[in-house]
Amino acid sequence: MRSLKPLKHLLFAGAAVFGLTAGVVNAESTLNGAGATFPYPIYSKWAEAYKAKTGVGLNYQSIGSGGGIKQIKARTVDFGASDKPLPVEELNESGLMQFPMVMGGVVPVIHVKGVKAGQIRLTGAVLADIYLGKITSWDDAAIKKLNPHARLPKQKITAVARADGSGTTFIFTHYLSQVSPEFKEKIGNNTSVAWPTGVSGKGNEGVASYVQRLDGSIGYVEYAYALQNKMAYALMQNKAGHFVKPDSQTFQAAAAGADWKGTPGFSLMLTNQPGAKSWPITGATFILVYKKQDKPETVKEVLKFFDWAYHHGSKMAETLDYVPMPASVVNLVEATWKKDIADASGNAVWTDAMIQK
Amino acid sequence: MAANSLLHIADAPLKRQRLIDRSFQAVTTASAWFVLVILAAIIVSLFVGGWQALSTFGPAFLTTDAWNPVTDKFGALVPIYGTLVSSFIALIIAVPISFGIALFLTEISPHWLRRPIGTAIELLAAIPSIIYGMWGLFVFAPIMSQYIQPWLQNHFGEATLAGPLFEGAPLGIGMLPAGIILGIMIIPFIASIMRDVFFTTPKMLKESAYAVGATHWEVVWNVVLPYTRVGAIGGIFLGLGRALGETMAVTFVIGNTHRFSLSLFEPGNSIASTLANEFNEAVGDMHTSALIALGLVLFMITFIVLAAAKFLLLSLERREGVKT
Repeated sequence: MRSLKPLKHLLFAGAAVFGLTAGVVNAESTLNGAGATFPYPIYSKWAEAYKAKTGVGLNYQSIGSGGGIKQIKARTVDFGASDKPLPVEELNESGLMQFPMVMGGVVPVIHVKGVKAGQIRLTGAVLADIYLGKITSWDDAAIKKLNPHARLPKQKITAVARADGSGTTFIFTHYLSQVSPEFKEKIGNNTSVAWPTGVSGKGNEGVASYVQRLDGSIGYVEYAYALQNKMAYALMQNKAGHFVKPDSQTFQAAAAGADWKGTPGFSLMLTNQPGAKSWPITGATFILVYKKQDKPETVKEVLKFFDWAYHHGSKMAETLDYVPMPASVVNLVEATWKKDIADASGNAVWTDAMIQK
Repeated sequence: MAANSLLHIADAPLKRQRLIDRSFQAVTTASAWFVLVILAAIIVSLFVGGWQALSTFGPAFLTTDAWNPVTDKFGALVPIYGTLVSSFIALIIAVPISFGIALFLTEISPHWLRRPIGTAIELLAAIPSIIYGMWGLFVFAPIMSQYIQPWLQNHFGEATLAGPLFEGAPLGIGMLPAGIILGIMIIPFIASIMRDVFFTTPKMLKESAYAVGATHWEVVWNVVLPYTRVGAIGGIFLGLGRALGETMAVTFVIGNTHRFSLSLFEPGNSIASTLANEFNEAVGDMHTSALIALGLVLFMITFIVLAAAKFLLLSLERREGVKT
């Protein structure tokens, strides 16, 4: 029995240490968020810089958009994050508000021998037909017509999609559903869909490695992955009829042309936006918070963090190949904070004086 | 009085012993029950979680191949088929090779070579499955699509029965590559168990056989294998169990598509990789429920496999000693 005593002490000591760390995690100085995996790198980079500046830490768990929506509805986190905007009805029903935080583009990447980045032009309709399994060879007349000068082989097209549910797939299928009625009817728009052809990889990296592996393949990945892996992207025809290449300028053009003001709840997809320079498959990632706050101090810290990220985090976002929100949208978001988020007695939590320009 | 107190002194440690004994028994019994409780809890929670899908789709859940999160229609045929077929391919590859390894190590190999090869096999078993997956995608898939699949198509593509198995583009990703990778993964498990049980064959039996002029093969086939049947089959089923539940390695090379195809070249899906891919971001309740129901199906498959193994072993035992 005696020999057990030191062990007991150790256990107590362990429990004490555990209690201590748990206390720190729960302290006011750490904000808790969960959700989308796509913005995780930039959120953690912002969090690091913000903590060094203010001492307020951010604990962001990238569990996926679906998980983020579930967690904020269960009120286990201070904010949720989702690549898929919630419809206004759902926001009102749950008392949530959402705002766009940062943008990115989805890029079709191809692997055809002898074809380099930007050498192939595609339209939304052709892309939809490839993913529907209707266009099966690279020398198909529809592709040849768009690329009269490219030397396209008679090779089977393998369409690579995401196997896991993802905001990327949501944005991609949202775009294809807009430009192809047949795609909308047969496949539809969701975070994961039933693809009639091709193979699927897990995550952006899974799609990227399948495309790099398979000769004659086409896939879709977040812009950052196409850039980092030096993949051959295709030029896309936008709504205005121009062929554009994916980069931060065309993504920002898509966001600038978007009608955020006229969209209640910021429930807006940036796909197929008007504008001569707009990249057609652009998307934003969203933050979800409760409108009515029992703990106004916590949400104030959350908003302060995102305000700081809007005004001081653009450079960091660009180094990681994300696209910061344009100033006009930021102003609109912060005006909505002021209007919509209130404490238990109805007083606004956010004031203009708190903006950290 | 004095005698009495002496007795008490002797009694005290005994009492303590008894107490320790009893608490020890209680702890071990509780541990054993704990396993059963956990097992029951898993089954119950899988059943409750999957009930929405199971009650909506009924038995058709097992026999339809629709898997569409947009229309909320789910059927588990493709992942079930993929799980069974990829594991079956794995067994076809792994069992003969493992048998050969065990035979070589126990009967043919020189003594100095036994230990290095044995250690190498055990090391293979320690490689994390994701490494096999990455190797499968980056190294094996190109070899598969450039050499092995065209060869198979040229030689068997026209065959009446086997032809449909080798249809489609040689992507290097699909059911066959997944099965081959799984086979390589489970070889060390089956081989090391077979080797261990082969070693348990009494020397006298083997030497008597050699003495009457039996070859290596005849000794192993007619003496060693009948003697170690139970253990060898146990090893095979352990490997099968591992193949059924393997997740990461399969996800890398199976192609992850919910389309039913007889061809082994076409991409498919297994239960474990469907769960790994989709559980995180399953938004709709029905999708989540269908995934949990899929977990229940995998649980049942594993259970049936283990039960079949047990049944096989029992029937073998019963036949033991009967003249054939």
